[in-house]
Amino acid sequence: MKTKFLASVGVIAVAAAALTGCSAGSESSGSSKATCTNKIVNADAPQVSVWAWYPAFEEVVDVFNNSHDDVQVCWTNAGQGNDEYTKFSTSIESKSGAPDVIQLESEVLSSFSIRNALVDLTEFGANDVKDKYTEGSWKDASSGDAVYAIPVDGGPMGMLYRQDLFEAAGIAVPTTWAEFATAAATLKASGSDGVLVNFPTNGRAFNQALFAQAGSVPFVYDSTKPTDIGIDVNDQGAKDVLDYWNGLVQDGLVTTDDAFTADYNTSLVDGTYAVYLAAAWGPGYLQGLSDADENAVWAVAPLPQWDAANPVQVNWGGSTFAVTSQAGDKDLSAEVAMGLFGTDESWKIGVEKGALFPSYKPMLDSDYFANLEYPFFGGQQINKDVFLNAAAGYTGATFSPFQNYAYDQLTEELYSMVQGEQDGSQALDDLQERLVTYATEQGFTVAK
Amino acid sequence: MIAPGATEEQNRTKDTDMALTELAPPPVPATPRPTRRPRRQIDRMDRKRQRWGWLFVAPFAVVFVTFLVAPLAYAFWMSLQTSTLATGTSFTWFANYAKAFTDPIFLEGLGRVASFALIMIPAQMIVALVAALVLDNLSTALSKFSRLMIFVPYAIPVVIGALMWGFLYSPRFGPATDIFGLIGLTAPDFLSQGTIFASLVNIVTWQWAGYYMIIIYAALRGIDPAIYEAARLDGANGRQIALRVKVPMISSSMVMVLIFALIGTLQFFTEPQVLRAVAQGAIPVSYTPNMYAYSLAFSYSQFNYASAISFALGIVVFAGSYLFLFLTRKQSGLK
Repeated sequence: MKTKFLASVGVIAVAAAALTGCSAGSESSGSSKATCTNKIVNADAPQVSVWAWYPAFEEVVDVFNNSHDDVQVCWTNAGQGNDEYTKFSTSIESKSGAPDVIQLESEVLSSFSIRNALVDLTEFGANDVKDKYTEGSWKDASSGDAVYAIPVDGGPMGMLYRQDLFEAAGIAVPTTWAEFATAAATLKASGSDGVLVNFPTNGRAFNQALFAQAGSVPFVYDSTKPTDIGIDVNDQGAKDVLDYWNGLVQDGLVTTDDAFTADYNTSLVDGTYAVYLAAAWGPGYLQGLSDADENAVWAVAPLPQWDAANPVQVNWGGSTFAVTSQAGDKDLSAEVAMGLFGTDESWKIGVEKGALFPSYKPMLDSDYFANLEYPFFGGQQINKDVFLNAAAGYTGATFSPFQNYAYDQLTEELYSMVQGEQDGSQALDDLQERLVTYATEQGFTVAK
Repeated sequence: MIAPGATEEQNRTKDTDMALTELAPPPVPATPRPTRRPRRQIDRMDRKRQRWGWLFVAPFAVVFVTFLVAPLAYAFWMSLQTSTLATGTSFTWFANYAKAFTDPIFLEGLGRVASFALIMIPAQMIVALVAALVLDNLSTALSKFSRLMIFVPYAIPVVIGALMWGFLYSPRFGPATDIFGLIGLTAPDFLSQGTIFASLVNIVTWQWAGYYMIIIYAALRGIDPAIYEAARLDGANGRQIALRVKVPMISSSMVMVLIFALIGTLQFFTEPQVLRAVAQGAIPVSYTPNMYAYSLAFSYSQFNYASAISFALGIVVFAGSYLFLFLTRKQSGLK
């Protein structure tokens, strides 16, 4: 009898635990409005849901909520990059579940605008704020006359390098790619265990930015003519760049590890890579890695150029706020999209705590930002030295409406190239063929 | 999950025993069977009993229909339509299936999982069978401990296991560099194009051999020990008993295990997908058909074609399983 009693008590306990699990689940799975990560200040005001993954974003939301009576922001972090895009994509397909305002990198805007998932913000006053943003970032967020998103941050590129390793090997800071190749050889010859830089085959937008610096314009696309697309990924500029890097790879002067893995992070901080070709959000990323070498001395220099007399600035990444077509109140959503990172106060948080690089000109042009000293770089004013120039020179880029697919194919081709199975030109010709086939399959009219 | 085959053998032995000892004639029932009730009353009684049956099945049926049947039907309906990025959705009957079965990426993935099946399944089966046979012979405390330890990898969730192995294979975080360094060699790169196949086989064998071992062990436990005695009297040694007596008697549970392994391998997804985080070059997005369907749907937003690929894979798995069961119908005990 005792064992039966104990057994029944055990079963009831387990059942109770399981059932509490059920009820807890149903409580938190109410409407999305009920599950904000941030606090709602004015409970009576209508709420606009926002998906974003910016670091230190909760403070920015609080700034907005405290200063607005007519609308409140309800923010959740729905994942970073592709994780969030997967959820967004399925919510578009199922026609429900999308947020009102969503953070989207500029490279995926046309992938979503072609599915009619984004609202053209020109009817909601976007052109009134156009002059507050840099030319390049505004062009990335628009397509023809339509404006699909409000720019937030950008990724002008520079070169982060280990000053101590350069001095130890006797290398001068390279200003052209030719000097860069020489520096790589010098570093190897000095007996160092590490290499000058890593060339990741999964660099995706990074690889594309390097091609763009040599004048490559891979895609011509305008959402006002959504079925027409121009594809030219194997132009001479891209081929030259790829042949250059393939040469370094085959000579063993650079490594080809996958980027943003744990191995890669460790190599960044322990000196295996002496150079990190980075966007303006790179310093924030670098600072966030643990186990950094205490004796490391990092500094920032402009990206090496192909032609020192005609420098070309490029951009890697950068995100925007878009209003989705499933938004309840589009006016309020547009107001939120323009207002969240639309004040100096919110940008101070973004710069200091989020390590973001603003496309917002009032912050970009301010003395505060230009003179900001970064202790990680020994007090160097990296914005004034490098990134402001890079941002000013950036004139925008066009991405395809199937950019995810294009990047996956690029990764495969580059991997095959570094394995020695084909050279740079063949890789790009193959990529061109694949993309043209895919675009034709998807119903586009392809022009070269 | 005791293998039916073993008990069937046992029953046959019992029946022959009974036949040898003399039977009394079967007992006549004390009361004659009641005559059949009128037809209308039977229907009412039967329906009343059936209602209780349906009531008990109802919770499961609701879940089954909502989460399995309805999504399958919807996915099938989606696979009959084509949607392109530029021109939108249209009803195209089985064009997607024709495209799927002539898609070189899909066929390459199928070939890859077939070669996984050819190598991984024998590897798992041999490890599981040898372990089960050895543990069946021993009955020490060590054998009980070993049984638990071989089974433990199955208790680890698949994703965690794959993540763990990702770190073990990493040149920096894994032990390979140190271990190979001890004997003066450089460790191979486990995540390169040439070695990724073997690395994946290793992970799956590590995880699943224990599970199959338990099933085979349970089947072995169900064999009547008198048979071993009879075999020993006939002069068989340990190895011959293992191979000639035990293995044939558990053949039906082995067939069941092989079917599970075959279906699981043809649908190979989790380990390569998780390892992609550390080996993006060696494992392309379309490494296996399931991964291809996943990336089509969730990276490229081609939900219709993804559904068609999933069903095409299902057709291949069904055909493969049916063929396999047909070829092993004598051993599986289904005949």
